[in-house]
Amino acid sequence: MSVIVFVESKNGNVSKASFEAVSYGSKIGDVTAVTYGDVDATALGEFGAKKVLVHKGLSSANDQQATKLVVAAVEETGADTVIFSQDQIGKAIAPRVSAALNAGHASGAIELPKTDGDFIVKTNVFSGKAFANVKLNSDKKVISLLPNSFSPEKIGGSAEISEVSYDLGSAGITVKDFKSEGEGVPLPEAELVVSAGRGLKGPENWGMVEDLAATLGATTACSRPVADIGWRPHHEHVGQTGVAIRPNLYIAAGISGAIQHLAGVNGSKTIVVINTDSEAPFFKAADYGIVGDAFEVLPKLNEALKKFKAAQ
Amino acid sequence: MKLLVCISKAPDTTSKIAFTDGDTKFDENGVQYIVNPYDEWYALVRALELVEANGGTVTTITVGTAADDPTIRKALAIGANDAVRIDAEPKDAFFVAKQIAEYAKANEFDIVFTGKETINYNGAQLGGMIAEFLNQPYVSLAEKLDIAGNVATLDRMVAGGSEVIEVNTPFVLSAAKGMAEQRIPNMRGIMAARTKPLTVVPATEVSNLSEIVSYEMPAEKSACKYIEADNMDELVELLHNEAKVI
Ligand SMILES: Cc1cc2nc3c(=O)[nH]c(=O)nc-3n(C[C@H](O)[C@H](O)[C@H](O)COP(=O)(O)OP(=O)(O)OC[C@H]3O[C@@H](n4cnc5c(N)ncnc54)[C@H](O)[C@@H]3O)c2cc1C
Ligand SMILES: Nc1ncnc2c1ncn2[C@@H]1O[C@H](COP(=O)(O)O)[C@@H](O)[C@H]1O
Repeated sequence: MSVIVFVESKNGNVSKASFEAVSYGSKIGDVTAVTYGDVDATALGEFGAKKVLVHKGLSSANDQQATKLVVAAVEETGADTVIFSQDQIGKAIAPRVSAALNAGHASGAIELPKTDGDFIVKTNVFSGKAFANVKLNSDKKVISLLPNSFSPEKIGGSAEISEVSYDLGSAGITVKDFKSEGEGVPLPEAELVVSAGRGLKGPENWGMVEDLAATLGATTACSRPVADIGWRPHHEHVGQTGVAIRPNLYIAAGISGAIQHLAGVNGSKTIVVINTDSEAPFFKAADYGIVGDAFEVLPKLNEALKKFKAAQ
Repeated sequence: MKLLVCISKAPDTTSKIAFTDGDTKFDENGVQYIVNPYDEWYALVRALELVEANGGTVTTITVGTAADDPTIRKALAIGANDAVRIDAEPKDAFFVAKQIAEYAKANEFDIVFTGKETINYNGAQLGGMIAEFLNQPYVSLAEKLDIAGNVATLDRMVAGGSEVIEVNTPFVLSAAKGMAEQRIPNMRGIMAARTKPLTVVPATEVSNLSEIVSYEMPAEKSACKYIEADNMDELVELLHNEAKVI
């Protein structure tokens, strides 16, 4: 099969989610990666891309021009499958491409498709509380891969890189400004997350959360009420109505584990729960539980981690 | 200003998720339906605020059966002027988007609002598809929307922060948290909603590009391992050697 993978770049670097998508695509067929701007595309071959098409005329992935780019690449290569990462940019472009190509779209894929007989993709639904097996009936197919659900594999190949100059029309939207959340790994991409809830009593107590996150190299998150009362910024709110995350490690302190909170975090590989109440529902979803006061446990955990890191 | 807001129903966030008919259908037994939170709290309320400030109308649109009417009435109770229901079982996002795009094409709206995603299917697909069918720009994951004349300014979520976007009407957006505050309908709104127009229109033919053939539940978690609060070295050891996450 011939596969197109849309590859995002930021400041010239390929995003982690795009490496996942390229590696995923290479298990389905021959991958042509399609990307844009002033990007260092050499590493794409190592993750399984056979070819890379770069459009230097496009500097950021606005939805209309990026759609035209992908559709033109599909026409040129005759690809039957198009892969996106289901991240912020992917969400803007994949559905457009699917509509433009008359292609069925499996959104939120977490596994490789089954292709013996029907083409069936397992996707995340009900905010991670269940999976749906989606059958794509169309000749052309679009798959959006959920970030952090497929481990990219370096196979050490190299890709033939060429420039394309398709006419992309004009951009409908203009980006005027970028407001940064600050340094560090953005939540949806984070592999390690330290999160806290109302049990922390007030914003002045978040130092111990940030200290632990700093020791781990983790990103911080919070429950919804904490963001709603303004103790923490809104982009940290995880759950059904916030950001959905799938880190390797999720540490939750002073969070009760309401069903709407769990919905956004239950894709985490390992969950550690710290709560004074041994009956807190979160313990049912936890791998490791500490019944105790976050004000004591968090600093102790931080010390233990520092010791561990120093010994490494 | 003529605004169109896409409204879908979703199971209440506390619903038990289970399946029937050999795991091919969502088990609706005992499930309460609500208006999908992103559609209600953010998209609809911001649309109403804009019309309150600038004049105009807010129409809601839903692809669904008569079973959707209570959620549509809820949107009318919150303040939408009128509602359209395209009478069909929503087959997949492409099908729904095509229906809505056909209606929007014929009726010319300044902005089509969708929610960030439905909380049951989490597809986040509809807005982009509608925009492509209408050949209009699409601002996904919008957290803020202001409008002056025909120029709209939006903040939208991107990796590591938010972008400030400028776009001319007409366009399509998906609404994420931050765009507005939830509104609770009052008695007057609820009474008024009963007599507001809800127009039912037939669906157009669209072929089935995708279908859900079965559902699965995630594997059961093994029981939680408890660690003494004084023994964080043990937790670190387990995270390193057993879970292998640090
Ligand atoms: C439609 C809808 C959508 C929602 N979406 C979300 C969502 O996306 N994300 C989300 O998080 N919530 C969401 N909620 C809210 C959710 O239902 C809960 O209210 C919320 O998650 C509770 O936050 P919390 O655990 O921080 O606070 P609480 O429920 O108040 O829990 C605080 C916890 O801290 C513990 N505690 C207290 N002191 C300490 C201490 N010293 N040390 C350790 N533990 C301590 C307590 O035992 C308790 O378990 C939603 C609700 C609705 C209705
Ligand atoms: N059947 C439907 N009728 C009208 N709007 C819908 C329907 N399904 C989804 N939507 C809209 O599309 C958005 C995204 O849905 P989805 O692509 O399913 O995640 C929702 O937040 C709604 O605004």
